Amino acid sequence: MTSAPEPLDPALRVEALASLLTERGLIDQTTVETFVKTYEHSVGPMNGAKVVAKAWTDPEYRARLLADGTAAIAELGFKGPQGEHMVVLENTPALHHVVVCTLCSCYPWPVLGLPPSWYKDPAYRSRVVREPRKVLREFGLDLDDGVEIQVHDSSSEVRYMVLPERPVGTERYSEAELADLVTRDAMVGVAQVALP
Amino acid sequence: MTLSGGHADASYLLDSAGSAAPPRDNGELVFAAPWESQAFGVALALHDAGCIDWEDFRQALIREIGEWEAAHPSGEGWNYYECWLGSLERLVSGTGLVTADDLQARLDLLAARPAGHDHGHDHRHG
Repeated sequence: MTSAPEPLDPALRVEALASLLTERGLIDQTTVETFVKTYEHSVGPMNGAKVVAKAWTDPEYRARLLADGTAAIAELGFKGPQGEHMVVLENTPALHHVVVCTLCSCYPWPVLGLPPSWYKDPAYRSRVVREPRKVLREFGLDLDDGVEIQVHDSSSEVRYMVLPERPVGTERYSEAELADLVTRDAMVGVAQVALP
Repeated sequence: MTLSGGHADASYLLDSAGSAAPPRDNGELVFAAPWESQAFGVALALHDAGCIDWEDFRQALIREIGEWEAAHPSGEGWNYYECWLGSLERLVSGTGLVTADDLQARLDLLAARPAGHDHGHDHRHG
């Protein structure tokens, strides 16, 4: 992207930095590319969707998930950087949770992958705290005035994930079918899970 | 992608499709340019090698983002990975892994390359 004039081309700055670090034996390009490929192709919100679907179908797992998010998520094999201090927030008909990182971009990578652009944007980060109901409406989520909205600010101490409400009419769905319904946005709290 | 960071508008909603499909498969680009993915990978590789502490990097990123936002109240020109790169440069020079002088010298060298120069070629001043 070259829309904004910059004093120095960031591509050049990255190249300078990476070449020096590589020459000094601190990093190697294979490792760099492995991390990139992992987060481009392997780690993403389908992990969190499995966690949600299991919580919807297994009350004991749901209880463990709400009591100790990190441990319950690790049961499904999802762990790694940015997933060390997971807290899972359960939505109810009367209470809706939405997650933000006001200072930077803290986000639970093992269950949701890397954050989408809007999550990192200054507008979302500042506005969802000030006017959550309005911001959610812009995402297409028009909550009844009687529903309380709680905004949770992620940090290095805690990474939040929302456990959305299970949609009505899914009583006969399998766990895998339920996981297919769950979206990233629902696990950040800017959407609800709906039937297709 | 035409994300502006305008505080007054909702243009950041453009990529909010929100499918739980694997990244890329839902049509959303994880990185908007190769340099962004490279900057991401370099930070993770440095952490993986034990060269940087992730909380130190996070604090540098918070500072970088905060300074950018203070200097750009309209949000115009926002690029997250430029802040990411800026904080990585600060951290690496601050910890002495690569001094700011070495970094600047290498930048000057790369910037002076003729157009179409082979990026992989390693050359130094004599």
